[in-house]
Amino acid sequence: MEYVYCIIDGKKIESDKDRTILEVAQENGIQIPTLCHSDVLAPTGACRLCLVEVTGARTLMPSCATRIGDLPGERIVQTHSDKVRQARRIVLELLWSAHPNDCTLCEKSGACDLQKYSYEYNVDIEKYRSRDPYDFAPDYNNPYYVRDYNKCILCGRCIRACAELQGNYVLDFARRGFSTMVSTPMGAELMDANCVFCGNCVALCPTGALVEKERLGRGREWEFQKTHTTCPYCGCGCTFELCTKDNEIIKVDSSDARKNIVNRTALCVKGRFGLGFVNSADRLNHPLVRRVPKGEATGTLQDYERAPWNEVLDLVANRLLEIKAACGPDAIGGFSSARATNEENYLFQKMMRAAVGTNNVDHCARLCHASTVAGLAKAFGSGAMTNSIDEIIDSDCILVTGSNTTETHPIVSLEIKKAVSRGARLIVIEPRNIELCDIAEINLHQRPGTDVAWLNGMMHVIIEEGLEDREFMEERCENFDAVREAVKGYTPERVERITGIPADDLRRAARIYATAERATILYAMGITQHTSGTDNVLSVANLAMLCGQIGRRSTGVNPLRGQNNVQGACDMGALPNVYPGYQRVDDFSVQAKFEQAWGVKLDNKIGMTVTRMMEVAQGGTLKALYIMGENPMVTDPDISHVEKALRNLDFLVVQDIFPTETALLADVILPGVSFAEKTGTFTNTERRVQMVRQAIEPLGERRQDFQIICEVSRRLGYKMSYSDQAAVMKEIAKLTPSYGGISHKRLETEGGLQWPCTDSRHPGTAFLHSGGFVRGRGLFSPCEYRDPAELPDEAFPITLTTGRVLEHYHSGSMTRRSAPLNEHVPTAWVEISPDLAKNLGVKEGERVAVTSRRGRIETVARVTNKVNGDVIFIPFHFAEAAANRLTNPALDPVAQIPEYKVCAVRIDRV
Amino acid sequence: MGNKGRKTIIVCQGTGCVSSGATPTYKALEEGIRKAGLTDIQMKLTGCHGFCQRGPIVIIEPDGVFYSGVQEKNCEEIVESHLKNGQPVEGLFYKDPATGQPIATYGEIPFYANQERIVLARCGHINPEVIEDSIDSGIYRAAPRVFWEMPPAAVIEEIKKAGLRGRGGAGFPTGVKWGFCANVEADQKYIICNADEGDPGAFMDRSILEATPHQVLEGMIIAGYAIGATKGYIYARAEYPLAIKRLGIAIEQAREKGFLGRRVFGSEFDFDITIFQGAGAFVCGEETALIGSIEGGRGMPRTRPPFPAVKGLWGRPTVINNVKTLATVPEIINRGAEWFAGIGTEKSPGTAVFALTGKVANCGLIEVPMGTPLRKIIFDIGGGIVDGGRFKAVQTGGPSGGCLPEEFLDTPVDFENLAKAGSIMGSGGMVVMDESTCMVDLARYFLDFTQKESCGKCVPCRMGTKHMLEILEDICEGRGEPDDLSKLMELADAIKEGSLCGLGQTAPNPVITTMKYFRHEYEAHVHEKRCPALKCKAMLQYHVNQDACKLCGTCKKNCPADAIRGDKKKKIPFEIDVDKCIRCGMCHTVCPVGAVVKTSPGIVNDHEEAAEAAN
Repeated sequence: MEYVYCIIDGKKIESDKDRTILEVAQENGIQIPTLCHSDVLAPTGACRLCLVEVTGARTLMPSCATRIGDLPGERIVQTHSDKVRQARRIVLELLWSAHPNDCTLCEKSGACDLQKYSYEYNVDIEKYRSRDPYDFAPDYNNPYYVRDYNKCILCGRCIRACAELQGNYVLDFARRGFSTMVSTPMGAELMDANCVFCGNCVALCPTGALVEKERLGRGREWEFQKTHTTCPYCGCGCTFELCTKDNEIIKVDSSDARKNIVNRTALCVKGRFGLGFVNSADRLNHPLVRRVPKGEATGTLQDYERAPWNEVLDLVANRLLEIKAACGPDAIGGFSSARATNEENYLFQKMMRAAVGTNNVDHCARLCHASTVAGLAKAFGSGAMTNSIDEIIDSDCILVTGSNTTETHPIVSLEIKKAVSRGARLIVIEPRNIELCDIAEINLHQRPGTDVAWLNGMMHVIIEEGLEDREFMEERCENFDAVREAVKGYTPERVERITGIPADDLRRAARIYATAERATILYAMGITQHTSGTDNVLSVANLAMLCGQIGRRSTGVNPLRGQNNVQGACDMGALPNVYPGYQRVDDFSVQAKFEQAWGVKLDNKIGMTVTRMMEVAQGGTLKALYIMGENPMVTDPDISHVEKALRNLDFLVVQDIFPTETALLADVILPGVSFAEKTGTFTNTERRVQMVRQAIEPLGERRQDFQIICEVSRRLGYKMSYSDQAAVMKEIAKLTPSYGGISHKRLETEGGLQWPCTDSRHPGTAFLHSGGFVRGRGLFSPCEYRDPAELPDEAFPITLTTGRVLEHYHSGSMTRRSAPLNEHVPTAWVEISPDLAKNLGVKEGERVAVTSRRGRIETVARVTNKVNGDVIFIPFHFAEAAANRLTNPALDPVAQIPEYKVCAVRIDRV
Repeated sequence: MGNKGRKTIIVCQGTGCVSSGATPTYKALEEGIRKAGLTDIQMKLTGCHGFCQRGPIVIIEPDGVFYSGVQEKNCEEIVESHLKNGQPVEGLFYKDPATGQPIATYGEIPFYANQERIVLARCGHINPEVIEDSIDSGIYRAAPRVFWEMPPAAVIEEIKKAGLRGRGGAGFPTGVKWGFCANVEADQKYIICNADEGDPGAFMDRSILEATPHQVLEGMIIAGYAIGATKGYIYARAEYPLAIKRLGIAIEQAREKGFLGRRVFGSEFDFDITIFQGAGAFVCGEETALIGSIEGGRGMPRTRPPFPAVKGLWGRPTVINNVKTLATVPEIINRGAEWFAGIGTEKSPGTAVFALTGKVANCGLIEVPMGTPLRKIIFDIGGGIVDGGRFKAVQTGGPSGGCLPEEFLDTPVDFENLAKAGSIMGSGGMVVMDESTCMVDLARYFLDFTQKESCGKCVPCRMGTKHMLEILEDICEGRGEPDDLSKLMELADAIKEGSLCGLGQTAPNPVITTMKYFRHEYEAHVHEKRCPALKCKAMLQYHVNQDACKLCGTCKKNCPADAIRGDKKKKIPFEIDVDKCIRCGMCHTVCPVGAVVKTSPGIVNDHEEAAEAAN
């Protein structure tokens, strides 16, 4: 940085010469009006409202786009001279020449920049009224937002948001002169124009031209209460402000980028338009107790009756105590929740361990990243994303595998897109033609379930060509020889036979990854949800260590976590083998520590996993389950089997916000609260702990989840009492070294903190394994390729793979109750390649039955190039055509994660 | 240029002559020679001579005989009379518009005789599609010299010393621009030839590209070498198909000769050129918009600084020079900076190329030393005002230029003087107007153009020019209000000061200069509802001068609005009903005796009367 002096409004200021006049002025308390400028977009200098007078300049200069270093002469700037004010007034008056004068009715009134500055500059809005004002028909033709170009001032923020933030390029200017307007390509409808409805354009629109549909008529800007909080959807950890009025969420505002560490202004369609579920009429408002015997159940809410909280809580406690007395504590299990806060997860596992007395506590991480936790803990000593989201942009090579990032982690994908546009080389290794394939340098489509083979193949090439980082391995790793031996047989040609990836393409990919200065690997369920899941993860770790692509900024092995707080739920010990902070239950010193802290005797026997509990429940040894905020009836593999297991229980408690498919099998349903009704913390995929803040009051008799847990625990005979979740976090910090420095107080002042954050002065950790691995030396683990548990055969000749889509989330309990999302994507489908469709005689839009050895569903065929050959894809969100009726519950032997990603099916026309 | 003694028939194949029929002319002459068995005569196609108004142009060398308006049907006579019998065809000679005297040879025609051609020197004399012709004429002599004798810094120094200023209009010193770019470290730099000639009526860049494409390529090679750019782009309008075709041929030929590609002229320097076709937006002539367009975006200007010389195409240092600037470069290298600096004025050395048009006798491309007075251009070269009209104003610099009245006729034309008068050099458009031009209407016309071509990015240009246009339309249509004039000036200032790019910053120029020099016309329109030039339809009135009327009834017969009363047979005098009259002027046009009179009587003190009535 080079510093220079400038004089702004008579004030001598020293500034970095690369900063703009606007930035420097703002830092020095000088306000300059802007319309086209946004902190998150590149300056464009279009609106001319931020013009300033510069001594020696030929014309007025745009302060947003002029760097201090480029100023002529003495760098004397006047931001509010008469000439400047006059120029600004005329700009505003000219904008009014076509802008409708309807502030009284405009949704944006009170938050409109044009309105604000018009007042400030005392403009005559009639002065330049045009003879032919705009006459656009407002566009209501999408579920999410209204485009009213009569109110558009052509600042271009929406266009730049679409291009620069979203990388989607759906919008641009069309026509010229006064007729200039914002348009999609050829003026197509947004629904047909490749728009992903992130709404980042809406967030940045300075006027009422772009407005969320759901807010129409529901309140004025000044009536909103704003609460900064964390998104309840995927693991990206976006934050935003909830705008609420009369206890309802009206809209989401992400326009103040400074407040949002991860996402700045960007959000995805779910975060911005998918929070209607909070105020859904379907919400549970009262505790419910089954009134009809299970044999006569209708599977609806009519099977239940309301009961007072005290009675219900007593009932839960008594039944659990009975079962504990009769069959021992291990006959009881608990599913904690990746959607609940860290504090709630902590209390839940504490209740299970301290009050019930069992380690039978687990949660859905078992179904997504159990293999990551197991594999990376073994290789590195820590099972989390090694690096941070904002480091991706500085990577030279990004290897994405088993992750449809643009749909499942939209905000992470934005960083990938930005990195690619800055010259990073993208390698995508995916069975499907996902959106990222469009910008990738190399696209490899492996047969589902063959990941160990291509990973070994890449390592084979790297070793053969001498591209490995010997120094790194010698200094920092161990057991490399075993891997060198193991990958010897994986020649690219052999790998091609196994995976279908052309040998030379694999070689190219290997060279790019190995020779990059900073290469990062991003992966998700496509790697983990296999019977070889742990081996897949170990192989990814082997590859990164082989090339020394770990332990530095913008490198690493980065498992993208799928749920808002799945990282936190793991961190909090909602796992059968560890206490908070991954402290093993079978480690005596750890046991002693927690026994002392909690004042109770604890069991040192590792508990059962989610998948194991389901199995055992069928056999009758598990008698009771307490499920908090999970819906295994949609999300677990082989649902028929799950249903049998749940029905077989003596007692099932479900604590949720909706009467989910699982809740409707329960004996007792406890109404908890959504993210918008509670204060606590979520930990995102990059280990960042962020605040969730209460925006609305719980309706009906809903109770705070942490209080419900405490009440049950107390009735089970173990007293837990906390004034609020902040108090819970204090206890967490005391017992969890990696959270040692985290407190609500710090989060309030500092924003998010990334663990490890070991004491109150520790700034948090952006990337792990710097200087040394958590476990000491990085451990190479040789892995041999094994076929998936179920391969296509004559009876079931097609391979099914499953996953998420952008607009929905898991079992759909939230997204399908958010009107715009449900309107946009109302039901399931199966993606079939054109070749396969031809062979099957199936046409686009036709209903088909998909059958596996475990079940059958009916859905609609989408014939698309997104899938290749005999591989089909079904999103798993839709209970009425639940992909998990088909999936294979075969487990990875180490992590016990099921093989969602590969099973054999057949398709029939119906 | 051809063997001495042996006759060469030069047929212009520039776009102007082609559109007036030069292709059949060429074929007919070729055929005629073949039929006549004249084996010692060679045919040659060339680019533009600049006198397109008189095309198709045919020149017989070495006689220097200049034929204009040669159609297919005239060719036989040329072959028979001139070529076979040595008797030039006088009927096809150029005729002096003033005296009507036929002039036989190129050199004697005042349109050419009064010019000094440097950039255009070879135009019309060499075959643009044959590289050898270009080489013979001296093109590609400077580039190798530069490679072997001059380090890049010396080239830049030479251009600086010559004082060459950008011919695109702004007149920024070319050598300084090159120096900026040369001083920036970068993995890649670019030189772009701006051939996005968008001004209506300007066609000098097109003519140069069509006539001497190699001259431009050589300029680019030298510029690339000087700044360290290995890649060049020529941004040409897709509406210039012939220029693009000839450039394509030229680039191919240059590659074959090793003048482009790897190790140019056997040096260590690699350089190649790509043609990029613009899609026809006026604003793409603005350098940052042009860059955006090449990058694949919508052509919209970006704020400067950073200037393209520092951060241009794909973020790399880029020099953008106009066709004429680049075409001048080899001449400076060949003949030296002193020679160039000696032409023109001290601050604006060299020559200027204008597209002279409007109410002058001779229209076309002209090249004169900078500092040549307007009077010489308009009267000596242009041959004065047509139809015995009186000079009223000259508009220079294209749609964003200004209008200068008679008092500027002796002003030497260069960058400084034009700017001082409120106009610009611009692209070199020069439109001459006589008394029949209404200056308000003229301003309206140019504003209509710039408004339609505004890219829409910045508010002052997009909305401001629109509102200025609306005011001008109101004034021309008789709806002008007294405060419109102050509003116009307020907007003009705001647009000039506040617009992002040159298009907006200069768009108000036609209004500002006409308001300055012809304010009385605005006032007549606004206060008296009168158009002194009898141009603005809404303010016209037609009446029949009964003394002159022969009662023929032609006016009545032709009136589309049935606004004329009268009867030929009954000898009822013809009268025009002003309420019915739509002021189409048909009666005025058809009257065989000039008895229909066009006036603009105006409504005097309309406002005062109204005010009184209100009281």
